[in-house]
Order: sequence, then structure tokens, then C-alpha cells
Amino acid sequence: MGVRINLEVNGESYEREVEPRQLLVYFLREELGLTGTNVGCETSLCGACTILVDGQAIKACTQLAVQADGSSITTIEGLATNGDYHPLQQAFWDCHGLQCGFCTPGMIMAAADLLQRDSSPSETEVRQALKGNLCRCTGYHNIVRSVMTAAEGGS
Amino acid sequence: MYPADFDYVRATSAQEAVDLLAQNADSVLLAGGHSLIPMLKLRLTHPARLIDIGRVDEIRGVCEKDSTLRVGSLTTHNEIASSEIVQSQCRFLAEAAGKIGDPQVRNKGTIGGNIAHADPASDLPAVLVAVGATVHLLGPDGNRSIAAGDFFTGLLTTAKAPGEIITEIEIPACCEEGFGCAYLKVEHPASGYAVCGAAARVKMDGGTCAAASLAFNGVTPVVFNAWSDGSPLAGGPADDAAIDAAIDELAIDEPMGDIHASGEYRVALARAYGKRALKAARDRS
Repeated sequence: MGVRINLEVNGESYEREVEPRQLLVYFLREELGLTGTNVGCETSLCGACTILVDGQAIKACTQLAVQADGSSITTIEGLATNGDYHPLQQAFWDCHGLQCGFCTPGMIMAAADLLQRDSSPSETEVRQALKGNLCRCTGYHNIVRSVMTAAEGGS
Repeated sequence: MYPADFDYVRATSAQEAVDLLAQNADSVLLAGGHSLIPMLKLRLTHPARLIDIGRVDEIRGVCEKDSTLRVGSLTTHNEIASSEIVQSQCRFLAEAAGKIGDPQVRNKGTIGGNIAHADPASDLPAVLVAVGATVHLLGPDGNRSIAAGDFFTGLLTTAKAPGEIITEIEIPACCEEGFGCAYLKVEHPASGYAVCGAAARVKMDGGTCAAASLAFNGVTPVVFNAWSDGSPLAGGPADDAAIDAAIDELAIDEPMGDIHASGEYRVALARAYGKRALKAARDRS
């Protein structure tokens, strides 16, 4: 039995009928074609699927699409404005905050949640905010440096 | 990874959730989903119907009245950890909520879902038992209340009947003059679950301990209440030697053991962290 949902993703409104069991991350990737949000562990540990729902970072592999009915969602595709990178995206570029890039969308969305609450976090606060995001390449050092750089840049 | 198929309905009030539960015995409540959805994905559970209570605002939020905290069951871990009322009136509840999982998990997971799931390695049960919380339920026969110590009955098992919904957790304020509390945790490095979590609460009257309570997560299949019949520390000085002696005498039977930590190791952690938590609670009193 399909359920009709309405939601806003990156400023655009969508109305779709979804199976109740469909996970939000697959709704974004397969129904809306927004494949920037990655599926990593699929067990709410790795954070690759992190998005903002009504302004809060959540793991889209552990939410049903039907739960997001009426919500406003931001994914990695929604951060850049008029072709200009978001300060976090630019900082990850400048500071070499990624290698393979698989964890990067989730890292940036988790960091975006932090910076909207605290525009000048300490390094410890950055590390705590990224606790739910795993990177298997960088050792986190450049990721933390990227977030600190974006914060200093006044994102 | 999809869950098996199910029907989905949304409740707009706690009473409507109870009515919907009564309609179909093979229904479960969906709050934040951070215990239920992993179970659904692994197909460890496959209910015919999910009743989404995620927007029932009447059971969400924290308030304080007459030295009692009332925490709605739908309140998220993040809301509890960052609540000034909880931080000032029940500090170790805020500490435990802030140590659950990671920020994304704390944004969705709720206190009601957490205790209904009753994972022995979860963080909230020991705090609720140590503080003497009361769980309020609404069911087909109306409201009832149950002490947290009687609520957790076994591994992933509680005294909540299938047709009931947890509406509120009532918590006596425990940070007034003379009270101290602390929650210390050894967490599994990957999952964040407690290998051992120690929740301690101490009431000092001058140099004498008036009361103390201590409970552990992650050590036994159900939250372990160290002193359900009163603490041996009461009436004494609760100095380091007294705390060490009380914990050394504690019998912790039938601990859980798995590939992450043997039962023997968990008991050793419980003794070390029980002592540290009691001393931290005393020093905060």
C-alpha cells in the first residue's frame, strides 16, 4: 500500500507515492535521483548518508521516507548557491579534506549542522560533532582542519 | 536493505495510538525509529503495521514541577542532553543522553523508544533506575505507572504491555543541596553502546552519607541495581575507603559476555567504574 508524501528537498517541492518500508536515503537516490548522499554501512554507524531534515543532521538510512512527509530536507546537492561552493565545500577542497570522497557528503552535512549552531567551534567540538561519521582514508586530521577553516571563513 | 512490507498509519495523539494498537495486535509504535528501524532492516521483527507517533507533540518535551522532572517519552536524546532543566536538576541523565551514539542518532532517538527497546547496553536504563524514576503508560484500561526498577524485566523485555504506550518518565530532581550524581561509561569503539555504564547518585548530609544508589548498564542482561534494599554507604562517611569496600563486596552474578568483552572483564569494569562514579557523585554533592 503506497503512501502519498509531500516534502521539500533543496528548496524544491516533491509529491510522491512511496512504499512505507522505503528508506529515506533510497527515496532521495532512486526516486529523486539525488545520488550525492551515499549509502555506506546502512546501519546508522558510518554517517555517509547524513542529511539535514528540518535543519537537523540525521542518518537517512535509519529513517523511512514516510517519516519525512512534510519536512524540509537539505542534501549535499543543496549547499552550493548559484554555482558557488558552500564555504564547507570550498574548505574541504582547499584543505585536502578528502581522498576517495565517499564519506565527504556526510561529513559536510554533519559539519553544516554544527556550524549553524556554533559558528566558531573548538577543535574538540568539531571532533565531537563528527563522531558519527567515519572516514577510512584521511585519518580525520584534514577533515577537522577543513571544518575549522570553514568556520573561520564565516560560513 | 529493505524491511519486510508493512502498513503505515500515523497517530495524532497518545490515545489514538492506543486505539490503533487495539485494532491490530501485530502493530508496533514508531517514534524516532533508532531501535525499531535497525530491527526491521535486519528482519528481526516484521510487524504487520507501524503506528508512527513521531508527531505526537503532547508527549514531547521536558518540564519541572515541585522538584520533579517530567520528560515526555518522545523527547529526543539531544533535547534531554541540552535541556537546562535536566542539566541542572538531573545532571547524570543529561550526561547519559549526551553519550548515546552520535549527534545524528541523538537527533532522532527518543527516551521512550530507548527504554521500550530495553537494550542492556543502552545508556538510559541505569540512570532511571538509580534516580528512582517512574514510567507512565497509557493503555486500553487507562493510565498506570511503574517504577523504573520494575520496568526493565529482561533482555529487550519490559513490563509494558503490547497495547500500551509510554507517555512520560517522571524523575525526582537530584541535584539539590547535598545531592550529587554522575554517569561514567566505557563505550564500544564502533557502536558506541555501553560495554559498562555506571550511574551513581549520592546524598550527603554534612560529612555523612544519607543515601546512595548505583546501577549499571551493559554488564548483565537487564540493568543491574547494586543496592535495591538500601546502600551500605548510608550512615557512613562515604569516603574513598568506604566506597571501595562497598563495591568490592558487591556480588555481580551472571554477567553478559561476548566477543567484545567477557563477563569477567565487564564485572571488573563495573567495579572500577562503579567506584569512580560514586566518588564523582559524592564530590559533586
